Amino acid sequence: MSEKPQVKSSPSFFNNPRNRSIIYQLLLLFGLGYFFYSIISNTLANMEARGIQSGYDFLFNTAGFDILMSLIPYDATNTYGRTFIVGLLNTVLVSIIGIILSTIVGFIMGVAHFSHNLLIRKLATAYVETFRNIPLLLQIFFWYFAVLAALPSARQSMSLGEVIFLNVRGLYFPGLTPEGGASVVYAAIAAAIIGIFVLKRWAKKRQDDTGQQFPVLWVSLGMLFGLPLLALIVMGFPFAWDIPYLKGFNFRGGVTVIPELMALALALTVYTGAFIAEAVRAGIQAVPHGQTEAARSIGLKEGKIMKLIIVPQAMRVIVPLLNSEYQSLVKNSTLATAIGYPDLFTVFVGTTLNQTGQAIEIVFMTMAVYFVVNMTISFLMNRLNSSVALTER
Amino acid sequence: MSVEQEKTNENNDDIIVIKDLNKWYGEFHVLKDINLRVKKGEKIVICGPSGSGKSTMTRCINRLEEFQRGSLTVNGVEMIEDVKNIEAIRREVGMVFQHFNLFPHLTILENLTLGPIWVQKKPKKEAEATAMKYLERVKIPDQANKFPGQLSGGQQQRVAIARSLCMNPEIMLFDEPTSALDPEMIKEVLDVMIELANEGMTMLCVTHEMGFAKKVADRVIFMDAGEIVEQNTPEEIFNNPQTDRLQLFLSQILDH
Repeated sequence: MSEKPQVKSSPSFFNNPRNRSIIYQLLLLFGLGYFFYSIISNTLANMEARGIQSGYDFLFNTAGFDILMSLIPYDATNTYGRTFIVGLLNTVLVSIIGIILSTIVGFIMGVAHFSHNLLIRKLATAYVETFRNIPLLLQIFFWYFAVLAALPSARQSMSLGEVIFLNVRGLYFPGLTPEGGASVVYAAIAAAIIGIFVLKRWAKKRQDDTGQQFPVLWVSLGMLFGLPLLALIVMGFPFAWDIPYLKGFNFRGGVTVIPELMALALALTVYTGAFIAEAVRAGIQAVPHGQTEAARSIGLKEGKIMKLIIVPQAMRVIVPLLNSEYQSLVKNSTLATAIGYPDLFTVFVGTTLNQTGQAIEIVFMTMAVYFVVNMTISFLMNRLNSSVALTER
Repeated sequence: MSVEQEKTNENNDDIIVIKDLNKWYGEFHVLKDINLRVKKGEKIVICGPSGSGKSTMTRCINRLEEFQRGSLTVNGVEMIEDVKNIEAIRREVGMVFQHFNLFPHLTILENLTLGPIWVQKKPKKEAEATAMKYLERVKIPDQANKFPGQLSGGQQQRVAIARSLCMNPEIMLFDEPTSALDPEMIKEVLDVMIELANEGMTMLCVTHEMGFAKKVADRVIFMDAGEIVEQNTPEEIFNNPQTDRLQLFLSQILDH
């Protein structure tokens, strides 16, 4: 061994970085391969030993249990496959409610942070700090056991105009049954939505051509509510009210929101809303004050500064954060199981798995669902993100 | 009525009238009894050590800063707590910032047409034609469709000047327009400003570019500790400073 480092034109095989990297990767690949092989072969051997049949045949067997709430017709004589659909729809329902409401709450609370009113500002801070720092599971219990369970019984229901009722068994509000002519109203809604797009393009073109501005927002809102209202009046209100009424100890008719759904949706909304508020605050704060000053100096009004300068730049920060908040919300909805809301996790991984014992199939199916749902959210949010992203360099 | 009549007569010649202006940041007295009259077409350079209130005073003129006492009239409109007045004044006053403050999410052309389209309610074509005219004046019409992040500092500052000019202002305020620039870019921005001065624009410029002051300023104002300490022609200010404070300041900035 000489003291001097040897400089060779071709270094030894093991000292070549390329060879090293290939060897390490081969070793890793082999290790991973063995890991999965042993898991799978072990599982199969164990299942065989316990006499569990693998496969998805169980999906066609009769479930034999009731589910608290279902968006599609379901009873105990339906199959396990249908319990999957029922659970999935309940998960999607609570997720959509949660995403919409938490976005509204979050944006309001995030903007409230910049209010000139001290009370509103402090309120926003208190909201965020309170609900961000308490475990979600505890919050679900809080709404379910402390708030909703303390509501009056059906006979002493709180009511709004004797059509909407709130009691310990849930929230009851009137349903609408379409009658002849209802399609005209649906057509009016569709026409209003198309009309808004046409109006937006027309208003932009007119402003480009003549410089005149048009109150698109207000006219759009007018169309959205006005057209269906007009159709309702012309068709003589082609819907039958299905108003809930007290019969015995409970309400009949109308639409019922069970307390489990209310508690879960409330908890997810309030909890996620606190994080979204922070995302919105961060987004607005990320826009330097110089932007507002420059916009003021060219004479833009405050509302226009918000619309044209602040929001487009804040969205660059907010959208990626929103994406992960929405994904968290969907995943967190599995905490439904703690209060018995029949979401996919409670129904399928809970009851169905218990009854069938098909752990691997059920867990994989459920994992795939959450994976696909969250990938879909990600895909949509990335589309939105690329539309707000900054073109730079 | 007669009082107002008198006021307008008095202000006839002066496009900016500042009387006994005082401003505090909490306890800190930033501006002390500022009195300043600016004639139409006059070019004023404001200098002074940092923290002297020169930027703050300039920013009061288009109400990026509020003041607590005194009065300020721009082009005959008094600066009061009224959105209409504030908007009217901002329409007349263009401003160029140290850090350019271009809108990074809009192209250069969109940066320039934003004001004309949304404030002056001009048709897009017309606004774009005006924008191109000013981009040519600041010598970067070829950058129209790029984004601010793709331009050099000097180019961005020239765009910022063009953006203000698109609004057809009576007065241009410059708040240390070259302080954030590399030395070789300072000249290209100063050239544009000199050209603007030669065309008769009323200009108030906070700057440490004494060469620029000597070349274009009708009057140089020296501020220190929230007060206007001296004001005079550039020759008098540089060659014959009356106060110790100005002498000290000049020795510090001219020494190196």
